[in-house]
Amino acid sequence: MTTDAINDQSEHDSHGDDHHDHKMTGLKRWLYTTNHKDIGSLYLWFSFIMFLTGGAMALVIRAELFQPGLQIVEPDFFNQMTTVHGLIMVFGAIMPAFTGLANWMLPMMVGAPDMALPRLNNWSFWILPFAFSILLASFFMESGAPNFGWTFYAPLSTTYSNGSTAFFVFAVHIMGISSIMGAINIVVTIMNMRAPGMTYMKMPLFVWTFFITAYLLIAVMPVLAGTVTMVLTDTYFGTSFFDAAGGGDPVMFQHIFWFFGHPEVYIMILPAFGIVSTTIPAFSRKKLFGYSSMVYATASIAFLSFIVWAHHMFTTGMPLFGELFFMYCTMLIAVPTGVKVFNWAATMWRGAISFETPMLFSIAFVILFTIGGFSGLMLAMTPVDFQYHDTYFVVAHFHYVLVTGALFSIFAGAYYWLPKWTGHMYNDSLSKWHFWCSLVSVNLLFFPMHFLGLAGMPRRIPDYALQFADFNKWVSIGGFAFGLSQLIFLVLVIKCIKGGEKASAKPWDGAEGLEWTVPSPAPYHTFEKPPKID
Amino acid sequence: MTNGGSQKMQPDQEQSNAKDASVQKTVKKLMLIVFGMFGFGFAMVPLYDVFCDITGLNGKTSNVAASYSATSIDTERTVTVQFLTRTAKGIPWKFEPMINEVKVHPGERKVVKFYAKNESVSDIVGQAVPSVSPGRAAVYFQKIECFCFNNQPLKASEDVEMGLQFYVDSDLPEDVSTITLSYTLYDITSAVDS
Repeated sequence: MTTDAINDQSEHDSHGDDHHDHKMTGLKRWLYTTNHKDIGSLYLWFSFIMFLTGGAMALVIRAELFQPGLQIVEPDFFNQMTTVHGLIMVFGAIMPAFTGLANWMLPMMVGAPDMALPRLNNWSFWILPFAFSILLASFFMESGAPNFGWTFYAPLSTTYSNGSTAFFVFAVHIMGISSIMGAINIVVTIMNMRAPGMTYMKMPLFVWTFFITAYLLIAVMPVLAGTVTMVLTDTYFGTSFFDAAGGGDPVMFQHIFWFFGHPEVYIMILPAFGIVSTTIPAFSRKKLFGYSSMVYATASIAFLSFIVWAHHMFTTGMPLFGELFFMYCTMLIAVPTGVKVFNWAATMWRGAISFETPMLFSIAFVILFTIGGFSGLMLAMTPVDFQYHDTYFVVAHFHYVLVTGALFSIFAGAYYWLPKWTGHMYNDSLSKWHFWCSLVSVNLLFFPMHFLGLAGMPRRIPDYALQFADFNKWVSIGGFAFGLSQLIFLVLVIKCIKGGEKASAKPWDGAEGLEWTVPSPAPYHTFEKPPKID
Repeated sequence: MTNGGSQKMQPDQEQSNAKDASVQKTVKKLMLIVFGMFGFGFAMVPLYDVFCDITGLNGKTSNVAASYSATSIDTERTVTVQFLTRTAKGIPWKFEPMINEVKVHPGERKVVKFYAKNESVSDIVGQAVPSVSPGRAAVYFQKIECFCFNNQPLKASEDVEMGLQFYVDSDLPEDVSTITLSYTLYDITSAVDS
């Protein structure tokens, strides 16, 4: 089986293109590469660098909030920190990490030699560093970086902009183009490049979740592009889309933004579902419970994500009917999500479970993501949302789903596939240190935020009332501990690339999927001859 | 295991051409979605206005004069209409209603005055933007004449009394007994100049 991966016959490969000269070295290899594994690695490294950058900004925020009063930074700089932290983590860390995983794993999982559009793939990665250079360059301008929140509500980003709007808009445009190209590539690969015999319902769930996520991206990233374009013309070209003085409506900004924004949050969580649906069966040594219900649940979450956007706007003065509609639709999402959590639990039930690090992160994902889901349900209730709106309760909620949800799933996936990527097993005790330090500190970091929010501490404010001091101190300590714990991961990955115990083609005995049929590390070209699927 | 003879390459070539064609087709379809959704983002602007017009969402009132068409005045019922004013950041005007609230019968015509004074040393053009609360009452609040239909230029230190003539439609839902009309005043000098 493994031999078909390493055939280096002079026979043309499936595209007849030019990657025979893949022996290029140094910078050129990475600049010109059209190889899905190279591009996957680039995405993953880029997202890790962005993760540390955005994390450093979070630590500035937490350092300022360590005690009440203004100590370290000016309020305006604090606002720039919250804004750019959000933008970097969403568009620079989580999304590229998922795209990186997709690039590395999708072609191997469907038995394809590469992504369908390798050159587009190269381009969609290499414009990303430019986008973030533009965004970060605004820190060095007189006016400073964007300070209107990652949601860039008008009129904060238009009438009252500090002058950074143009840089922000162009950065988001480039990020959006990159995401759209990446998503098109994923859809085209899955639809056209599957090995013969791999029907849709035989695809690994990982592939399914990326398939659906890519459709979400294709549908909503253009809406984001439209929104930032309107903000740009409102700010610099005298249009009045969101300017009440000229007949526009600032509330409409929120409608258009959240029409993008809500599917966006599922873009950041559906791939996570795919990853843990891969790891949990592998370490439970059982088939995934309810495969087809998982597919349908993912699809229904994706559909529902388009009709719940206004639950971000309950306090803008909607008619009662609107509030009820968006409240019930939002709560409905708990049903397919519940199906998923049930299926993961049922997969583990009576399985021969072993607790390797990918499994530890996956189990932590299931439990902590569910906590984030529950606080989401609380926020979905219109009457109580009036109390929770714009407090730290919201911050706690979305960090539980994005950090202990999306990010933990990325760690689970990284540990699971590191042997396949590097050919070495990672250092087990370091990985355990990384997991337990992260688990403890992340809960110290985010759990008390629930109480702070319920007690009324507003988000995005650099100062707070005295009674919030104790919890904030703990939160800040948790924040620094969590940030430092991630350096363990960096060391571990570098060590794993440099050496370590040789990994076999399939180091996890319960793992399933085509990626384990090729040797470790995965050869530069795999499945030039499609594998047989039965 | 592979016998790369020419007769074997031929079907492979065809197969890969077919694959390329289907890739192209999928890409084209997806690009259509991308452009369609970009357009949809902009289409939401007029759609939102239409939606607000129909439902009175957001307390948007009509910005064209209503003709007075109420035939009967419902003296059985009294509605309180309250007036609020605020100035947007950066416009140094005094702007207030000359009467804070009036009681009207549905169908009855009423005239109220607002006072504005430019307290700066430069000439400024202001624009008042109305909003009605509760939002669903907006479509029943009819302005026959309103200073908000036009912009209001004021020279430095100049002041003005501005009129509003309105009536409340007798179809106003029974449970609405108070309507709040709020005006926000914006500085649109630069937009008018250019």
